[in-house]
Amino acid sequence: MKVRIYSAALAALTMAITPNWGSAHESSTLAKVRARGELICGVGTGLAGFALPDSDGNWQGLDTDYCRALAAAAIGDARKVKFVPLTAKDRFAAIQAGQVDVLARTTTWTLSRDTANGLDFRAVDFYDGQGFLVRADSGLTSAAELDGASICLTQGSTAELNTSDYFRAKGMKYKPVTFATSSETVKAYESGRCDSYSNDSSALYGERRRMAEPDKHVVLPEIVSREPLAIGVLQGDSQWSDLTAWLHFALLIAEDNGITRDNVETYLTSENPEIRRLLGVEGNVGELLGVNKDWALRAIRAVGNYGEMYDRNLGSGSPLKIPRGLNALWSKGGLQYAPPLR
Amino acid sequence: MLSGAREACNTLPRFDDSEGRQMTDDAHKRWARNSKTMGNHMFSRTSTKSRRGQSATAKEILWQAILLIAIAGLVGGALWNASGSLAEQGVASGFGFLGHTAGFDVSQSLIPFSAVSTYGRAFLVGLLNTVEVTVIAIPLATILGFIIGISRRSSNWLLNRVAAAYVEVFRNTPLLLQLLFWYNAVLAALPAKALESLHLGNIIYLNRRGLALPQPVVQDFGGAWLLVAAAIAGLFILTARLAPLWRARTGHFFPHRSANLLILFSLPMAFCLAIYLTTGRSPILFNIPVMGRFSVDGGWQLLPELVALLIGLIFYTASSIAEVVRSGLAAVPKGQYEAARSLHLPPGKIMREVILPQAIRVIIPPLTNQYLNLLKNSSLAVAIGYPDLVQIFAGTVLNQTGQAVEIVFMTMAVYLTISLLTALGMNVYNRRIATVEN
Repeated sequence: MKVRIYSAALAALTMAITPNWGSAHESSTLAKVRARGELICGVGTGLAGFALPDSDGNWQGLDTDYCRALAAAAIGDARKVKFVPLTAKDRFAAIQAGQVDVLARTTTWTLSRDTANGLDFRAVDFYDGQGFLVRADSGLTSAAELDGASICLTQGSTAELNTSDYFRAKGMKYKPVTFATSSETVKAYESGRCDSYSNDSSALYGERRRMAEPDKHVVLPEIVSREPLAIGVLQGDSQWSDLTAWLHFALLIAEDNGITRDNVETYLTSENPEIRRLLGVEGNVGELLGVNKDWALRAIRAVGNYGEMYDRNLGSGSPLKIPRGLNALWSKGGLQYAPPLR
Repeated sequence: MLSGAREACNTLPRFDDSEGRQMTDDAHKRWARNSKTMGNHMFSRTSTKSRRGQSATAKEILWQAILLIAIAGLVGGALWNASGSLAEQGVASGFGFLGHTAGFDVSQSLIPFSAVSTYGRAFLVGLLNTVEVTVIAIPLATILGFIIGISRRSSNWLLNRVAAAYVEVFRNTPLLLQLLFWYNAVLAALPAKALESLHLGNIIYLNRRGLALPQPVVQDFGGAWLLVAAAIAGLFILTARLAPLWRARTGHFFPHRSANLLILFSLPMAFCLAIYLTTGRSPILFNIPVMGRFSVDGGWQLLPELVALLIGLIFYTASSIAEVVRSGLAAVPKGQYEAARSLHLPPGKIMREVILPQAIRVIIPPLTNQYLNLLKNSSLAVAIGYPDLVQIFAGTVLNQTGQAVEIVFMTMAVYLTISLLTALGMNVYNRRIATVEN
C-alpha cells in the first residue's frame, strides 16, 4: 500500500538525514530509553497470542508482554511502553532508522537478518515452525499432496522463502499469492482464492480462531521449517542486546524456581543465592546490565515468569491452547534454557 | 516558455517562405504561414529585449549555479551520511544484492522467473508487471473517459445523468476502497471450487482463481510470419500513396480505414488457410485450459488480482478523464457548434471533425496528469496481491535484503523515469497539435 512504501521511504530518508557522527557510542539505546522515560517497541499488526489489542484497546500477547517486562527492567515502569505496529516488510527499516528501540515482532532469527539487515538476536522467546492451513473438506492430509496448489502468503515473511524451498526440495509446483499484511492474506485464503495459507504454525492457530468457521480448517501435520522467533535489536549496542537477552533468561529462571507474579514478594527473603541475585537482594547484576538492581523484580511483578506469559497468551490459559512443546524449560525437555545468572 | 520555444522554431520556416511555392494554393497553409510570420515579429522583439537585459542574465546564471551547487551538496551530503550510518550499523549497502538469488516465487511474470533467479530479475519482473497494467489501462481508461465526458455534454437527459452519476461515484471515493471492492466483493460472488467454475464449452473457465482462456500458440514457419507482416506494412504504404490519386481521379475520399482493416485481417487469414491447405498443419494451435487437481491449469490464465486492478484503475481514472474531456469541450466556443450546425453537418461529424480537434488542445495537458496518476496509482496493487514493482521489489525484495535505501531509490527512479517519458511523449504530441498562434 501507499502508506507502506511511504513509511519505507521515510525510514530511508531518516537514515539519510540523521547525523551519524558518533551517535551510537555516545548515547546508547538504554540511555536514550531512560532519558525518554518510554520504551518504543515494534510489534505485529495484530496476531492473536503475540500482539493483538483487546476490546479495551490494550495490547495483549507474548511479544507485548515482553515489551512491558523490558520497560519495567529498563525504566522501572511496565506501563511506559509505546507499541508501534509494523508490517512484516517495514519492520527492519523501522529498527534500522531508530524508530523503535526493540523489535518484538515474531521475527525469525536468520543469518541474513543477523548480518546484512544489521540486527542482533539474542533471546528466542518462541520456537516455532512453518505449517500449512487447508480447508477440512479438501481431503488433504499431508503437505506432500499440495503439488499444484495456490498458496496464500504474507509478503516479506520467511514463509515466502520456506514455501519456495519446500516445494523445490520436493520437486513440486505451487502458485504463490502474496499480500502485504497477514489480515489481507487470511481474507484471501478464506474467500477461496488459495488452497492453503502458510505461516508459522502458532500464527495458523491464531488466525484460524479469528475465521468465520474455525472448524472448517485444519493445520496439516508437517512442520517444514525451523522458526526461532527472537527479540531483535540494532547491531553494535551490546549493552542493550545484553539486557534484552538477560531479561528473557531472568523470566526463565523465575519460572524454573517457581517465582510468579503473585508470589514474587515472598522470594525476597529467600536463601537461594541465584534467586537473591535475580531479585537484586545480593550481588550487582543490575549494575552490570546498566539498570537498577530490582530490574528483574519489577519485570516479574509486571508480567510474571515466562511460563505465566506463555499460558496467558498462547497456552492453556488462552483460547489458542498451543502446547508448550519446544518452548518448555530445559528442565522439562524443551529448548528454553538460561545461562547462569552470576 | 512555450511561446518562446515556438518562436525559436519559427525562425526556420521563414526561409521556406521566401522560396517555397507549393504552399500558396492551400488556404490552411496560408493561414499557418501568416501566423508564422507574425511569430517572427514577436521573435525579433523579444530578442532585442533579451539583449538589453544581458547583465541581468549573467547574474541569474550565477544565482542558478549557486542553487545547483547547494542542492548537489545537500544530496551528496545525505548520501554520504546515509552510507556512513549504514556502515556504522553494519547494514549491507550497495547494489551487489541485485545479483543474489531471490529464493521466492511470483504469481505472474512476463519473463521466466523462478526461485533461483536473481533479485535483479525480480526487479525486472515487477517493472514489467507495472508497465503491463499501465499500458493496458491507459488506452481503455481514455476510451471510457472520452465516452463518458462526451455523454455529460449530451442533450439526452438520461445519458447525461448516468454519466454524471458515474463521475461523482468513482471520482469521490478512494481508489483503494474501489480496488478492495472489485477484488473482494466481486470475486466473492464467483464459485470457489475449480469443479464448480463457470465455463463456456469447457474451454473458458471463470472462478475465484481467475479467468482461464485458450492460449493461441503461433507455430513457427521459418520467417513466414515476418513476410506476412512485411506484406501488410507494404500494402499500408501503398494505400497511403494511392489515396490522393484516388481522390484526384474520382473526387471522393479513399476509404482508408476500411481498406486497412481489410488488409490487416484478410492477409493473415489467407496465410493461415494457405499453410493449412499446403502442409495440413494448423499455423496456430491453442493451449486449452484443463481441470487440474486444485484449479484450472494451462491456457492463458488471467489472475483475479490483475483483473481487479485493471477494472479499478480504468473506472477510477476514466471518471477524472471524463471531467477533463467535459471541460475541454466546454472550452470550445459555442459559435463553433452553431456554425457547424448551420452547415448541416450531422451531430457525429460535428463532434469528431469540428469540436474534438479544438477541444483536444485543452484536454491534452490535464490528460497527461491523469496518465501519470494512473501509473502511480498502480502501486496500490500491493493491497490486492498483484505482483507489481512495489509489491515484488519494494516489498518482498526489500524485506529479504533489508536494503531500504537502494530499493526505495530504485523504485522511485523507475516511477520517475516512466512518468517523465509519458510526459515527454504527451508534450511532443501536444506541441504537434497545438494551434500556431502568437
